[in-house]
Parts: sequence; structure tokens; C-alpha cells
Amino acid sequence: MDTLILYFAVLVLFGFSLLKDRNKTILALKKGLKALEGIMPQFITVLLFIAVILSIFDSQFITKLLGAKTGWVGVIVASALGSVTLIPGFVAFPLAGELMRNGAGGLQITTFVSSLMMVGIVTLPMEISVFGRRAAILRNVFALVFSFIAAFFVAWVVQL
Amino acid sequence: MKKIKILKRYGITLAALAALIAFVLVYPDRAPLVGASLLSQVTTMLLVVPPIFLLLGLLDVWVPREQMMKYMGEGSGLKGVLIAFSLGSAAAGPLYGAFPVASVLMKKGASFMNILIFIGAWSTTKIPMLLFEMKALGYRFALARLAIDIVGIVIIAMALKAAIGKKEIDRILVTAGESRKDNR
Repeated sequence: MDTLILYFAVLVLFGFSLLKDRNKTILALKKGLKALEGIMPQFITVLLFIAVILSIFDSQFITKLLGAKTGWVGVIVASALGSVTLIPGFVAFPLAGELMRNGAGGLQITTFVSSLMMVGIVTLPMEISVFGRRAAILRNVFALVFSFIAAFFVAWVVQL
Repeated sequence: MKKIKILKRYGITLAALAALIAFVLVYPDRAPLVGASLLSQVTTMLLVVPPIFLLLGLLDVWVPREQMMKYMGEGSGLKGVLIAFSLGSAAAGPLYGAFPVASVLMKKGASFMNILIFIGAWSTTKIPMLLFEMKALGYRFALARLAIDIVGIVIIAMALKAAIGKKEIDRILVTAGESRKDNR
């Protein structure tokens, strides 16, 4: 659905652009495509890595690791899992919901969801190429710490 | 000569491909999972990533630096923060799609603080995802996470800005400007 909106936006904006200035539009198209090609090597590499990682950490495996009564170890494991995996939200949320209904702890699930979204170990090389080593690594560390805090807060609110 | 250059650029990709093939050969029972994941990733990528880059091309050509500085640069204040949040939240696609966008925004003069907020918003407060989250985990869970995330994104951005230091931030901003100039 949001993909559809994205394409609609591209069509409308390029239409406007074309009406206003043909040459600028062609330049925009060229620049966009060139930048796209520029990121391809890293991009495909990331895709290949994710394919291998996700085949190891499939949903059965994750269910086992974040199951009920895993306690502190479960929270740590959840953050590690969330950091190395890269699952789109429309797959991750139903999975998390399923895990919750099967008795996994709210704390573990929230840690998993938060670190999944904010921390990216696999995509770190791409982040470093834009932000430099120091900023990229620090951002991931801060995000990891924050995902614990967020987990405690959300687990507490859900319990209320 | 050109072929060698291309080969060099894609060297790491070829190494990753070799690793993937080795993995599948060692664990053949994992092959269907690897294939399925690869297929779904590639389709997502082909669908979501090209339009993002096309929009970036438009942004690059049409939005003048002065305008970007006015709305998202140093001293843009709360307005800049809100724009950064909205841009990130309206985005589609995985977090790595945000990095090239951040690069162009930096080149155009957005402040580092706003860039960090944009990255944070893209990672967790995406609106379409929120609807998904509510459906799967309940509105209480989703809204609690949204609330703490908004606070967290701002705190992380401030902490990062302080921890990285002005010198390194200037270097990052200059690099963003230069790397994009090469593309011309």
C-alpha cells in the first residue's frame, strides 16, 4: 500500500517537473539512477548476507529463543537477534504478535522489535560510508541501549 | 579497463555471493529458506528502492540549498525538527534506504541534528508500520512504543551530536557534499 503511494508520488512529481523544465527533469532522472547504481555493490552484498542470516534465524528458531520464561537471558538474546536480523515490519509485527500469544515475554518481544528497527549490524558498512565509522557505530550503540529502555517502558504500559 | 573497474567495485559483492553459495553447499537443507528470503528481499528492493532514488534526484535538482538550510538547517529550530520527523515517518522501506537520503539532505544544508532525527524517525515511527503494529500487537503496545520512541529519537540525536563532536560532524558534512559532487 505505501509502495503504491510512493509510485504515485514519483509519477505526480515527475509530471510536474516535466511540465516546468524538461532538462532539469532529465538531470534529476540521471542523478537518481546514477546514485542508485552507486549504492548497488553494498546493497546486493547486504541482501546476500540477510538471506543467509534469515535462513539460520527463521521464525521457528526465534520462537524457541524468545519463548516464555527466558528472563534476562531472553532479553539479551532478543536484542542480539534484533540487531543482526533485518526483517521488514509487515513480517516482524505479526511474528511478534504470534510470539506474544504463544507466551513469550512482553519485555523480550519489545526489545526484539525495537532493536530490529533501530540497530543494523548488517547494514553498518552502508551507514559508515555516509556517516563515518565513529558516528555510525555510536548511533547503533545508543540505539541498542535505548531499545532496552523502550522495552521496559512498553512492557510496563501494557501491564497497566 | 572499465571492466576491471566494475569488477573491483563489485568485489565485495562477489565475495558475499561466494560465501552464500558455500553456505548453501554445506547446509543444503537451508537452501529453500535462503532462496525464499533472497526472492522476497529482491522484490522489496526492486519495488521500493528505485522510486526513493528517483525522488532524491528531483530533490537534488529542484530544492535549492538556501531553501533547505532555511527549513532544516542550523537555526531552523522546532520547525526543522518537525520536518525531519515528518519526512522520516512518511518514508517507505527499510532503514538502509534512509542513508542515501540523509546524504543528500546533508549536502543540501540540513543540520546534523535534524539528520539524526530523520534517521531515527525513518527507523521507528513510520506511519504505515504503526498501523501494522497496532493490528498485530494491540494499540496499547504500539502507542506506548511510539511515545517512548519519539522521546528516544530526540535524546539519541542530542547525545550523538555531543558524543561525536563538532570536528567530526563538520568532516561528515563536508564528505557528504563532496561525494555528491563527484556524481555530476
